Amino acid sequence: MALTEKDLTHVTGILSDEQTVETTLDELRESLSPAAYAGETILLNMGPQHPSTHGVLRLLLELDGENVVNVIPDIGFLHTGIEKNMESKTFEKALVMTDRIDYLNNLGNNLAYCLAIEKIAEINVPDRAQYIRVIIAELQRLNSHLVWLGTHVMDLGATSLFLYCLREREYILDMFEMVGGQRMMGSYIRPGGVWRDLTPEFIPALRKFLKYMPPKIDDYELLVTENPIFIDRTQGIGTITAEQAVDWSVTGPYLRGSGVNYDIRKAMPYSSYDHFEFDVPLGSHGDTYDRYLIRVQEMRQSLRIIKQALDNLPNGPFRSSDRKYVPPPRAELGASMEAVIHHFKLWTEGFKLPAGEVYVRTESPRGELGVYLSSNGGTKPQRIRFRTPSFVNLQSIGVPAKDVLVADLVAIIGTIDIVLGDCDR
Amino acid sequence: MTDLIEIANNLRGAFPGAVQDVIEFRGEVTVVVDKSAIVEVATYCRDTNGLEFNMLSDCAGNDYYPDEPRFGISYMLYSLPHNQTLRLKAYVHGDDPTIQTVTGIWSGANWLEREIYDMFGVTFEGHPDLRRILLPFDWTGYPLRKDYPLGYEEVQFSFNHDRVQAKKPHPRE
Repeated sequence: MALTEKDLTHVTGILSDEQTVETTLDELRESLSPAAYAGETILLNMGPQHPSTHGVLRLLLELDGENVVNVIPDIGFLHTGIEKNMESKTFEKALVMTDRIDYLNNLGNNLAYCLAIEKIAEINVPDRAQYIRVIIAELQRLNSHLVWLGTHVMDLGATSLFLYCLREREYILDMFEMVGGQRMMGSYIRPGGVWRDLTPEFIPALRKFLKYMPPKIDDYELLVTENPIFIDRTQGIGTITAEQAVDWSVTGPYLRGSGVNYDIRKAMPYSSYDHFEFDVPLGSHGDTYDRYLIRVQEMRQSLRIIKQALDNLPNGPFRSSDRKYVPPPRAELGASMEAVIHHFKLWTEGFKLPAGEVYVRTESPRGELGVYLSSNGGTKPQRIRFRTPSFVNLQSIGVPAKDVLVADLVAIIGTIDIVLGDCDR
Repeated sequence: MTDLIEIANNLRGAFPGAVQDVIEFRGEVTVVVDKSAIVEVATYCRDTNGLEFNMLSDCAGNDYYPDEPRFGISYMLYSLPHNQTLRLKAYVHGDDPTIQTVTGIWSGANWLEREIYDMFGVTFEGHPDLRRILLPFDWTGYPLRKDYPLGYEEVQFSFNHDRVQAKKPHPRE
């Protein structure tokens, strides 16, 4: 049965009054193969409501039997206009919006945003705050990789690992609650340092967790790494070469699976990452299995970094005392008139950043999280842009998903490790 | 840092007419390029020995309304072999918001440019698949422009049902 124009309107959406069928057809003409018009292949919607697309991702598939000929991703279902909203808020108030971008790396988003502000304002962050930031960022990486591991393996049919992974994640969320007051969306990292010092119960809890976690990662590996079903589903599936990955601006474990050594924590160290010893795990085949191995190794390296940071945690202030940017602590308000003035100015007008623009890179669990911040000398961002790893990594899905089976496509979506909130902002 | 200045001066020497300015701010170097030369300069940055900016980290749009030229397109380049970063920037006039695409140089520019088209209405000439990406395909306007209001949707109750209904773009019957 040949494909009619009516079929195409069904897959491309409902037409508005101004748009005609021809324009919709034209829009997709480049992306579909000629076979689609002859009726030899079929078009199928996968998502937006689909359990293995990790959110609301819609893939328009062109299928020849069970083989995927073309994948056309359609995103934007979770677009909330965070960048536009932040332009109308002062720098300090806009911070809470950064948490909402990526629910698995919310404090890491705080960190990237604060680094951009600190770079423009030239704020010196105390050592203790830098180490606390590293601990928090690595806990976020563990948190994100645990959720990734559980859902990825569940996509491939193993349900029980998901429960184990989320059990361990609970401990991490509990620790976030101890330091920031909330399990998620804590806004704990602030310009100039962190919101408050580590609480007394946090350090014993973290030490306990450092002992508790490594055997659990061994358990996961025991269940998955040499599991013949998992190997069959992942080895040689979704390969991307190093040249292709670099060309498509892929970053994070997805890039390192192809053997490219690019980890921003090593290449352009921020927040005292250069004080710690850790390895960057690299793959060689660029397939789904290699990326699995890398992420599990990264979990071990994260624990290694946290241990070093905790053992060498310096004493001292946890937030910069630059009163132009950082509000004074509550105790000072009763004793110093100057502190009251600073407090009032910072919470009503906000601080002014010097005019200029910077681009800051951080290594999020999914890849390069960049913040492009442009200031015109006012109290609000002139433009802020989040270069989110999910968005840039997802655009390359056509490369690993070339000529695969529909069932393998599920593995490929999982291995890219997307968070759709991060993708759509 | 000195390397970056050298790179920028090297570019200025190679493209005397096209490089308009070199800005240094907080350790980052921005080379402002005439928009008609963006493809040549970007190709040169990728292919020249010693530069080899083989990865496009990000491509960000900016609206300087009411100044003209109002749009600034920034290309964040990264060189894997040399661990070096550079930013190219081209200004685009509001009357003619078009610029050549760099998808032929870095495939990763595809969605990044689509997003700028979606949010700022800057057209990328020669782009293989220039459609809206984050917003619905029938959306009107370009939200990240400074003259686009932040806006909100009025909540529909029974007392204002008809008034709100009349303002909806595609009311259902």
